[in-house]
Amino acid sequence: MGERVKVGMADFNICKVPDTIITLGLGSCVGVVLYDKTTKVAGMLHAMLPDSTKIRNNSNRAKFVDTGLEDLLALLEEQGVKKQNLIAKVAGGAQMFNFSANTEISGIGARNAEAARKKLQSYGIRIAAEDTGLDYGRTIEFNPENGKLEIRAVGKGITYI
Amino acid sequence: MPITNYNEITEGQYDVLKEIGNIGLGNATTALSKMLNRRIEMKIPQVDLVEINKLADLIGGPENPVVGILVTLSGDISGMMMFAVEQFSARKLVNLVLQQESQEERFSHMDFSVLKEIGNIIAGAYMTSISTLTGLAIFPSVPQACYDMAGAILSVPAIEFGKIGDKALLIDSSFDDTDDQIDGYFIMIPDLESYNKIMSIFGM
Repeated sequence: MGERVKVGMADFNICKVPDTIITLGLGSCVGVVLYDKTTKVAGMLHAMLPDSTKIRNNSNRAKFVDTGLEDLLALLEEQGVKKQNLIAKVAGGAQMFNFSANTEISGIGARNAEAARKKLQSYGIRIAAEDTGLDYGRTIEFNPENGKLEIRAVGKGITYI
Repeated sequence: MPITNYNEITEGQYDVLKEIGNIGLGNATTALSKMLNRRIEMKIPQVDLVEINKLADLIGGPENPVVGILVTLSGDISGMMMFAVEQFSARKLVNLVLQQESQEERFSHMDFSVLKEIGNIIAGAYMTSISTLTGLAIFPSVPQACYDMAGAILSVPAIEFGKIGDKALLIDSSFDDTDDQIDGYFIMIPDLESYNKIMSIFGM
């Protein structure tokens, strides 16, 4: 058994077989896994906001989907991972509270997921699987051994994508 | 002096926040006492600036099941207020209101209605006291309640604070019933402009 590499909120990290990488309680935040099956190296980002260019105070790069993915990709490339070998899995981006009048709050989960799709597309990284949206929180754990992303939710059991 | 992110909060502003927290919670406790028709005591709330990525750790960790009740604020200020309680405390509150002894882990439609109503009363009392103190008109929305992992629930205020900086304004409170303790956490999320407006009224 390997270790479990933890990724916090506004954080990213990488792991190699036999370790797994996990982030707990994704709500409206989005979790993005980048995985290279040739080297069995994986990276995970837990980002809170879609776009760093829209926020003045943007020094914490892991907080944003755009800069977080840039840095995660750079870290993976430092480990000898090639961008063209990467695939992505995306989870989270839920709408936890339903305020019809306030689209600013309601839409943030969807916008996080959309920002991840766009950024990955700009890198030419294919999204192999996605479990985003809806109205519940998710804990996600990726195992680079088999390339599976385990998703746990309250009262919903375990699924794999 | 206007601040541009919550790291810049001054000692004087901190005292104002504590006082607002105290008075707001005092009123909220009285309102809750009346609703439940029993004596509820309040502990002196702690006001803290917390790293946004540590918010969930304060309420049992990111996977701990909690109920979050969220109200948005409009009027002279805008923002949100969240009241988060752990599963067992939320169950106690529902049981007190419905005069039952349910041990059910999950919450029914009726339970959620009760929790939203509690949120309504607490937020209303809290905001009324801030309104009275500042002369600002504050209108809380109809509350929304959600039962899920703490990390997921608290991602909502964390994201709002995240737009401004890396810290959140947390008011840690606990209510004491005669034999049960109910721990709750208030998270106030004024937007920066509203925060500065409130502080300028107090000459800060």
